[in-house]
Amino acid sequence: MNYTSIKISSSNLNLQDCYNFVQDASCGGIALFVGTVRNATKNKEVKLLDFSGYEPMAIKEMQKIADIALEKFPIHKIAIHHAVGELKVGDIPVIIAVSSAHRKAAFEACEFAIDTLKETVPIWKKEHFEDGEVWVNSHP
Amino acid sequence: MKIQLLFFGIAKDLIGENSINFELNTPETVDNLKEILIEQFPNLKNIHQFAIAVNEEYADNDLLINNGDVVAIIPPVSGG
Repeated sequence: MNYTSIKISSSNLNLQDCYNFVQDASCGGIALFVGTVRNATKNKEVKLLDFSGYEPMAIKEMQKIADIALEKFPIHKIAIHHAVGELKVGDIPVIIAVSSAHRKAAFEACEFAIDTLKETVPIWKKEHFEDGEVWVNSHP
Repeated sequence: MKIQLLFFGIAKDLIGENSINFELNTPETVDNLKEILIEQFPNLKNIHQFAIAVNEEYADNDLLINNGDVVAIIPPVSGG
């Protein structure tokens, strides 16, 4: 059986797909982290975020995170889905879903997965404002 | 020897290309290659740091780049 679902998509992510993948009779709970596009950065209104990735490598790094989470925490399944392309305020760039027999492992694995993704997965976002655009994290 | 350079995120905007075929006279370590790249593409100085991936894996500074390798310039990531 496949215990991980890894996906990069240029269309809308589907919360139900992630939920359905991890759901299992042996599990007492599912933790979901849903990243959403915020309307402002440092009080500046955000128009949209443009996500791009080094997709083959990003898939490999996301798979590593899922595999490590399965080793590190007593969880059943994990889904990590990320969107690329232009996203508007309220859209969903990332979903992490984790199922486990007991809730603590699901919470911890979910937090581990999103924290690690933000450090290692080669995906970048450019913030578009009314008066210009900025690559996040990239400037001195 | 020939390698392929890939640029992503801000690096792609600074260089103006997403892929360049690049010639090295001798096999170089990742550390040396970074210096060569900054010399060749001074715009890269505008990024506060960047990592190197070789053939889709993050590379340590002492890894030797070989003929035919695909070398990606990875600015600080910002997914999620």
